Amino acid sequence: MIGNFDFDVIRRALPYLFLEGMRFTLTLTALAAFGGLVFGTMIALMRLSSYKWLGRIAGLYVDFIRSLPLVLVIFWFYFLVPYIGQWLTGASRPITVGAFASSLITFIAFEAAYFSEIMRAGIQSISKGQPAAASALGLTYAQSMRYVVLPQAFRNMLPVLLTQTIVLFQDTSLVYVLSITDFLGAASKVAQRDGRLVEMYLFAAVVYFVISCVASFGVRRLQARIAIVR
Amino acid sequence: MIEINHVNKWYGPTFQVLKDCTTSVAKGEVVVVCGPSGSGKSTLIKCVNALEPIQGGDITLDGVKVNDPKTDLPKLRSRVGMVFQHFELFPHLRIIDNLRLAQEKVLGRKHGDATAKAIKLLERVGLQDHAKKYPAELSGGQQQRVAIARALAMDPIAMLFDEPTSALDPEMISEVLDVMVDLAREGMTMMVVTHEMGFANKVADRVIFMDRGEIVEDAKKADFFGTPRSDRAQKFLSKILQH
Repeated sequence: MIGNFDFDVIRRALPYLFLEGMRFTLTLTALAAFGGLVFGTMIALMRLSSYKWLGRIAGLYVDFIRSLPLVLVIFWFYFLVPYIGQWLTGASRPITVGAFASSLITFIAFEAAYFSEIMRAGIQSISKGQPAAASALGLTYAQSMRYVVLPQAFRNMLPVLLTQTIVLFQDTSLVYVLSITDFLGAASKVAQRDGRLVEMYLFAAVVYFVISCVASFGVRRLQARIAIVR
Repeated sequence: MIEINHVNKWYGPTFQVLKDCTTSVAKGEVVVVCGPSGSGKSTLIKCVNALEPIQGGDITLDGVKVNDPKTDLPKLRSRVGMVFQHFELFPHLRIIDNLRLAQEKVLGRKHGDATAKAIKLLERVGLQDHAKKYPAELSGGQQQRVAIARALAMDPIAMLFDEPTSALDPEMISEVLDVMVDLAREGMTMMVVTHEMGFANKVADRVIFMDRGEIVEDAKKADFFGTPRSDRAQKFLSKILQH
């Protein structure tokens, strides 16, 4: 098998794989991580709020999302959103939502649930004295969160957030169910076209492995540095 | 300045931490609150700026009712300085930013004015050379002096101290007390929860002794140290003055 391994197939496909495929994968990862962090922080604040029903809604959302297979949600979301959009806007026919927008929304919704648990732990790791000191200086609840609690929670949780982002980077490959050209999708298309399944899937695996490994190593270095600063 | 009238407070349905506490702090007065641990003295001082809610009675601060739901609490709190046992500097901000944050975000002072005020106060507590450092780079005594400066930066009408030296190593206690003594002599209105009877003896006008959630003794300094009326205060004093 290795004897007729064709490296040239990979070489010729490189521009397509990286300029189209990897670019999409990284864009989706970055936007989903950012959106997930923003909404995840909001959900975390809801869960910790003194209004019981807000916390309950947020808790239900997180449990709901975590009980569903991601690939199924990506799939359903893609087919349902046009109809939900139609129902919401009262349009006469299903609205068109691109595969990118649909997958991005799905990933943000999913990551928000996971990031919210991380941020909740981060916020709870800050001693009660910190918000008390902020309040005593006259800062409002929102200001105390914005300037005192969240920056510390974020810094403490940064390694975990980045590790979750590496998982997200791998999970984005699931958009193949929508035949989107992400990195894996691009590799798969070349593989089918040239009949070189072994080379392309092996190469894709190596690329995911190397990127995730290097990123994990970076996170561990960062973790050590944060530990020293503290 | 601070009026505390028949204050009751419970933790949960059964445990009463404050029992019918009544006292006051006049403008320019320095009142020391002491008592054994668990006597409710820290809880009482935290009720003054509503960091802890009360279930009965009234607290007014400069004429504003603290336990009125309509009171703008952030505004009220910005007018009273508070110093905590564990300093509670913001570890992610430089010393200078610890002093600037509330000045800018709460009082709306311009960056330049806030900086000038911050540096002036750091000079006052002898820490101007540490402005660019992070709190973790300072000793406990230095951190607590920064915390006092941070509270003073808001131009408070009164200062609350919640066991400001209890978390400090012995050799650092006096540098913090010195700052507090200066403050008292300048006429700052102060309510101080502390075991430092030397400090009380030096600058307090009145001493309040608490035990099991009650104000057992509330007397002029000379009377308190000379002839404490209650058994419990006598016992407490003999214990902490023994060594």
